[in-house]
Amino acid sequence: MSEATLATEVIDKRKGGLIGQLDEFWRYFRENRGAVGGLLFFLFICLVALLADLISPFGPYEQFRDALLVPPLWEDGGDSRFLLGTDAVGRDILSRLIHGSRYSLFVGCIVVSLSLIVGITVGLIAGVVGGTLDTIIMRLMDIILAFPSLLLALALVAVLGPSLTNAMIAIAIIQQPHYVRLTRAAVLGEKNKDYVMAARVAGVGRARLMFVTILPNCLAPLIVQAALSFSTAILDAAALGFLGMGAQPPTPEWGTMLADAREFIERAWWVVTLPGIAILLTVLAINLMGDGLRDALDPKLKRS
Amino acid sequence: MLAFLLKRIGLLIPTFIGVTIAAFSFIRLLPGDPVLLMAGERGLTPERHAQLLKQFGFDRPLYEQYFEYLWGAFNGDLGNSLVTKKPVLTEFFTLFPATIELSVCAIIFATALGIPAGIIAGIRRGTTFDHSVMGTALIGYSMPIFWWGLLLIMFFSGIMKWTPVAGRISLIYFFPPVTGFMLIDSLLSGQKGAFTSALSHLILPTIVLGTIPLAVIARQTRSAMLEVLSEDYVRTARAKGLPPIRVIAVHALRNALIPVITTIGLQVGVLLGGAILTETIFSWPGIGKWMVDSISRRDYPSVQGGLLMIAAIVMIVNLIVDLMYGLINPKIRHTG
Repeated sequence: MSEATLATEVIDKRKGGLIGQLDEFWRYFRENRGAVGGLLFFLFICLVALLADLISPFGPYEQFRDALLVPPLWEDGGDSRFLLGTDAVGRDILSRLIHGSRYSLFVGCIVVSLSLIVGITVGLIAGVVGGTLDTIIMRLMDIILAFPSLLLALALVAVLGPSLTNAMIAIAIIQQPHYVRLTRAAVLGEKNKDYVMAARVAGVGRARLMFVTILPNCLAPLIVQAALSFSTAILDAAALGFLGMGAQPPTPEWGTMLADAREFIERAWWVVTLPGIAILLTVLAINLMGDGLRDALDPKLKRS
Repeated sequence: MLAFLLKRIGLLIPTFIGVTIAAFSFIRLLPGDPVLLMAGERGLTPERHAQLLKQFGFDRPLYEQYFEYLWGAFNGDLGNSLVTKKPVLTEFFTLFPATIELSVCAIIFATALGIPAGIIAGIRRGTTFDHSVMGTALIGYSMPIFWWGLLLIMFFSGIMKWTPVAGRISLIYFFPPVTGFMLIDSLLSGQKGAFTSALSHLILPTIVLGTIPLAVIARQTRSAMLEVLSEDYVRTARAKGLPPIRVIAVHALRNALIPVITTIGLQVGVLLGGAILTETIFSWPGIGKWMVDSISRRDYPSVQGGLLMIAAIVMIVNLIVDLMYGLINPKIRHTG
């Protein structure tokens, strides 16, 4: 035993275990400059969301009756109090955008955790148990996939009632099939490999087999999917807010802020433009990160 | 091929039944009494309430109601809209051509730009062109399209005054719909300027709806191209001394486009989902806007009928794509 350990130490100088894996992952990830940029911007948004109360100049609901539709500072008529101007009822747009980051990140986190937990469990069950249960689960997922996702989310919110919580539930449901399918496909790929067979022969129970033996080897595609669906969740939640079926006014959610922006197209570009830029940059950063994750985790592309 | 066809259709039947159950459950899942929901704010006398319950069949067992609904659906009866009192299916087919026209234009826009951009980016991998195409595609892919629409309206309609803001054609033109497609109808009407007007109304919505498919198609074409270019038969063709243009156009492209065609086909769901936002922004009288309006007007039979019809259309188109893929690629046909 001690000899064997010694031998590996001599031959393999790479760090072992989780740290080694992370180290290897980071080496691939940092090669992708876009991904690192995305990660930095994402961390910046997280920081903004955490410190929203400290860094925002005003409260998100605070109204200044003397300053309606004030343009940003650098435009003619700008007010030094309001860097990015104010909206139609005199609220500071910068403060609302800063607080809005909380909602978007919150939506992303909740939706991704919900769909990861449920999707992985259901997918594992479908893959490991197989048979009729598998067929039923996959047909259910097909039914969800038959509807355009935003339409289904709209209909679900119509049933549940429009609110941010219900929008998150609806978005988690429409994202379910992707996780279930990915997990199931990965499980089917791993299921008949020798190490699973060995675990079976050793008498490992089904639950342990699913979560401890097989799952860790199926994680790579799921991590990538989680990153991509984080951004889809933010986009969908903003779209629902825009249609009046997500977060309700006066919540400073970015999509909701755009809901009545249309009437200001002709006279107040900043009311229309800024919340959209916030959505676009956040989603773009996450997608850049997701692409980097995919390249770093996809063994097909690794040239080691 | 026949076995493949039957198998695919066989797989579709349980899904379709599931979709009808989902659409059927929709009204019944709404919290509260369905009749009271339909009655809205006005309220009802108890007698009228009982009468309506009976009329809509809500007093009978669920499975009976479901089979009646299914029977009606197969006979083209999806109930009547609560707002206009017209049959839901008639409403749907009156508005559907507007959505098809917009979606077809969007997919043509996305394909015509996305495939060449993807091919060139793939051939010139690592160049500035490649980086800028992929960067733009990633931005397009991350775009909140409702905001993108507002921006385009603000710039092209508001500042430049180039394009109209909303609708399908200027109000000064009027002609009876023949095909329901404004571009064709305006040509048939023979009125001067009608076609130009219809076209100018179509441009911005087409760009907005086509943006995400464009990004997806460009990315997919590039990666398919890269994959094919590293294949042995491409190297062989090059080694034989074939002109590079021939290697790319004949050997590489034909194989690279197979997954791209599938991707284009699978954009149908994306288009119908995107139509909800695009049509709302541009007041485009199609089914997307109709669904949003129906939801906010609590016109539940319309929502229910629309859900069923849209899901059926998506499923049929996906089936066609699947079959076409099987036709092009024998590997899928025999193993799938």
